[in-house]
Amino acid sequence: MEPILELKHIHYAYHTPEGETTALCDISFSVDSGEFIAIVGPSGCGKSTLLSIICGLLEPERGLIKLNGKYLRQSTTNIGYMLQHDHLFEWRTVYNNVLLGLEIQHMLSAKTRAKAHELLELYGLKQFENAKPSELSGGMRQRAALIRTLVLDPDILLLDEPFSALDYQTRLTVGDDIGQILRQAGKTAILVTHDLSEAVSLADRILVLTPRPATIASAIPVTFHLEHDTPMQRRNAPEFKTYFNQIWKELNPYA
Amino acid sequence: MLELSTGQQHYLNQQRKHRRIVRVSRLAILLGFLFLWEFTANVGIIDSFIFSSPSRIALCFWEMALDGTIFMHLWVTLYETLVSFLLVTAISILFAVLLWCSLKLSEILDPYLVVLNSLPKSALAPLLIVWLGANHTTIIVAGMSVAIFGSILNLYTAFVGVDSEKLRLIYTLHGTKFHALTKVVLPSSIPAIISNMKVNIGLCLVGVIIGEFLAARNGLGYLIIYSSQVFKMDWLLMSIVLLCIMAMILYSLINLLEKLYYQKV
Repeated sequence: MEPILELKHIHYAYHTPEGETTALCDISFSVDSGEFIAIVGPSGCGKSTLLSIICGLLEPERGLIKLNGKYLRQSTTNIGYMLQHDHLFEWRTVYNNVLLGLEIQHMLSAKTRAKAHELLELYGLKQFENAKPSELSGGMRQRAALIRTLVLDPDILLLDEPFSALDYQTRLTVGDDIGQILRQAGKTAILVTHDLSEAVSLADRILVLTPRPATIASAIPVTFHLEHDTPMQRRNAPEFKTYFNQIWKELNPYA
Repeated sequence: MLELSTGQQHYLNQQRKHRRIVRVSRLAILLGFLFLWEFTANVGIIDSFIFSSPSRIALCFWEMALDGTIFMHLWVTLYETLVSFLLVTAISILFAVLLWCSLKLSEILDPYLVVLNSLPKSALAPLLIVWLGANHTTIIVAGMSVAIFGSILNLYTAFVGVDSEKLRLIYTLHGTKFHALTKVVLPSSIPAIISNMKVNIGLCLVGVIIGEFLAARNGLGYLIIYSSQVFKMDWLLMSIVLLCIMAMILYSLINLLEKLYYQKV
């Protein structure tokens, strides 16, 4: 089967008058449909840059990206992107925030509106549809942000440390919550994080990046033999610690 | 009705007392000032020919109200101020949007805007009279000239100060620069636009009065200059009092607008 996403020899550098900083160096990997990939690496190594390139916000200096076999520019594959902060607009209701992407992509119709209502109900935000974002808790806000992305029905979801702004307890529940939502919907997802346990509990495969300029140090497939493969179950499984330590070693080869 | 605890009751009483003291003191200052003015003018401590007096001002207003001339002057100044204010608001939003759209344009024009903003606009008024003639247009342009450059700079600063991550969100949703403008920059800048309007309404009034000083046959500014030349101090002081009231009303109108906006949000 053809991978849904393919990156080949991606190279990217930031330019300032003071000089050039290579952020990404020869990054190649591919993602299969329905796969959940986590990318971990030291902070500032260019993880977010990589997501921006996949989303088409940044143009790589060298290398190519294919989505469903087509080049990024010609591709019609829909990419969803979830940022670190929810950025719900205070001047819109929760429901209207969810519709933002549909408005921008001229996809507002009775059908998509119904879908927005359906998702809000499914993820327990029905009674907050007409509330202001400030009336929601951190976890609910992040769920609303997820719905804003999901209502566009993306083929691939890019998650840029979407839980890191939450407090620890909310982060665990929301992380598990969203992990399950994505798995049940069979979404292909790429999660960037610096939280190793988050990566192990959610991903099918973990890519470990080196410090800048980032290259892929290793790709670690993650398999748990569990009846119910949920993030919470994974955290309690014996393999969890093994994976955690393995990735920790990859990240700190000299420690 | 909820039973209030004695602590809460005490707090509320304190608050009420505080507000009452503020209100009464404000009124007392005004009345005291008026009384002192009237009294000293009547007994001859100050020369009422030079300093006028509240009763003479009121009488003067009454006379001018009877033949309707004062309303004409008031209307002219109000009309010129409102037109220049509306034009300043519209043009400065438009210009700030243009500058926001193009980093190049904003960098190119920046020194010009800064120079024009720091220029004392009263220096422009004689020039405007020569170019545009002694008419309402000149005065409206004079009113605009005082406010417009600062307004553009302020709004532009507000526009570029919008959280760049919020803009990034628009781009991750595959939006364009136009979407960034209409969905993020303009809605999030409404508080800045309103506070900018508060400054502008005052500045436009200043500009209009300067314009009327130099090139008008009616309006409060004209009345002030004319009465000082013919030494009609009652007229002059009445005009200043009316100007105070007009400025206050205009400002509170914008305040009302702001309140309405925050109630809606």
